[in-house]
Amino acid sequence: MRRVMTLYESSIGKKVAMAVSGLLLVGFVVGHMLGNLKAFQPWDGVGMHPLDAYGEYLRTLGYPVLPEYGLLWGVRLALLLAIGVHITAAFQLWRQSRSARSSSYGKARPQVFSYASRTMRWGGVIILFFVVYHLLHMTAGTVHPDFEYGAVYQNLVAGFQSPLIVAVYLIAVGALSLHLYHGIWSVFATLGAQNPKVERWRRPVAALVSGGLFVGYAAVPLAVLAGILGPL
Amino acid sequence: MNLTLHVWRQPSPRAKGDFRTYEAAGISPTMSFLDMLDLVNERITQEGEEPIAFEHDCREGICGSCGMMINGVAHGPQKLITACQLHMRSFSDGDEIWIEPFRADSFPVMKDLVVDRAALDRVIEAGGYISVRTGSAPDANAVPIPKPHADRAFDAAACIGCGACVAACPNASAMLFTAAKAAHLSYLPQGQTERYERAAGMVTAHDEEGFGNCTNHGACQEACPKGISVEYISRLNRDFLRASLSGIAAAGRGD
Ligand code: HEM
Ligand code: SF4
Ligand code: FES
Repeated sequence: MRRVMTLYESSIGKKVAMAVSGLLLVGFVVGHMLGNLKAFQPWDGVGMHPLDAYGEYLRTLGYPVLPEYGLLWGVRLALLLAIGVHITAAFQLWRQSRSARSSSYGKARPQVFSYASRTMRWGGVIILFFVVYHLLHMTAGTVHPDFEYGAVYQNLVAGFQSPLIVAVYLIAVGALSLHLYHGIWSVFATLGAQNPKVERWRRPVAALVSGGLFVGYAAVPLAVLAGILGPL
Repeated sequence: MNLTLHVWRQPSPRAKGDFRTYEAAGISPTMSFLDMLDLVNERITQEGEEPIAFEHDCREGICGSCGMMINGVAHGPQKLITACQLHMRSFSDGDEIWIEPFRADSFPVMKDLVVDRAALDRVIEAGGYISVRTGSAPDANAVPIPKPHADRAFDAAACIGCGACVAACPNASAMLFTAAKAAHLSYLPQGQTERYERAAGMVTAHDEEGFGNCTNHGACQEACPKGISVEYISRLNRDFLRASLSGIAAAGRGD
């Protein structure tokens, strides 16, 4: 533990903490996206809608060995911890870098300009606000027009009737995708795995995962708005 | 050519500086950028003003002292050269040129365009050495070094410590410099003994000097007159990780 703390004290250690927590979150967003696509699974009208059944399955995963909702809450806590570490390190690194150049250039012409790499911090803040909104919208139902606990499919359809809300989701998912386009590329360098062999795959992998996430996440709200996914 | 220069003037480290405008008339395209500043300085001196202070020594791109920002780019618009290797043919008649010092809190401005880059020396001191048995010279080729390793060490050793990487970095990080200095030893058999202490010591010194942290933008690589690759930073990250997790970093700090 002391070693980990010594590591964290350094700038590289904080970067590593961001990379590891970021990767955990990437794992989550990929899984979550695949889960959402269950909305498209055809339903024969018997029993629960596949999406609702999937939600039920997640809630009871590990039961009865673990308490009901036990694993679900374990994963939620791990994600919360990862978000906490990610944001704390981002904030500390931002402060360190800001104080490393307190007087700015009269004229600066950046030689490398990647929109994704320059918007990591603000993009991250957008994602954070969205996560809070999304939890109130689809998990707690507080800001949902017609929320029914456990009726996941119905909640989706009712929740995406407004083009404004769909727009909010698309912007947030766009921000996430941009964040990960740089993040997944960056993570190889941070963790010391940047070398000529990896170099060829770094951009394509980042583009594929972040692009795939955008398409996967955008599909459900757009399909509801277009009427492809309608009320049962 | 006739040019208009906007030059950062700052009489002393604590004074507040500002841009002042000078006309540079009758500049030949074959002059180097520093020749041009010399010419302007002659005229300024005749008019009774203090000449523009800038650092220079070799004037052939090997000593690393001449760094400055030229139109917002470290060492000016041409890739892979230092400010002293820049020629006025890169500009055209009537151009306006903004000239200011490298900016980072770890590089305090001493005067005009001259900054104190001793922080980089202190990073080297923290690990840029090897232990060897002294005595008679070893036989040539007694220690075989694979060609790819020799090449990579040599590429890293091309760093002239100019500080352009810090100047160009949006975070004012000196990771490219630090990584080059570490790699130039860690690719060689002679550099293995202290490899992980070196990584730990130099990164700790880097942070303590107040440089920012690397966010993998790659602006440093673009600015570097010697074409040092950011891949060295990734290698330093790996060595530093290993040093930390094996306890070498903590031991080196005496706690
Ligand atoms: C909640 C607010 C968030 C903030 C403020 C934030 C901020 C940042 C910042 C400042 C960086 C470093 C950028 C750089 O190295 O140039 C970063 C990197 C990263 N982020 Fe986030 N982020 C957030 C959310 C997320 C989420 C939800 C994910 C995953 C789904 C994520 C995944 C990553 C990854 C993989 C990296 C790369 C780490 C590296 O550079 O090695 N972030 N984030
Ligand atoms: S890495 Fe390049 S830019 Fe940085 S100090 Fe060395 S030579 Fe200059
Ligand atoms: S004066 Fe020596 S590198 Fe420019």
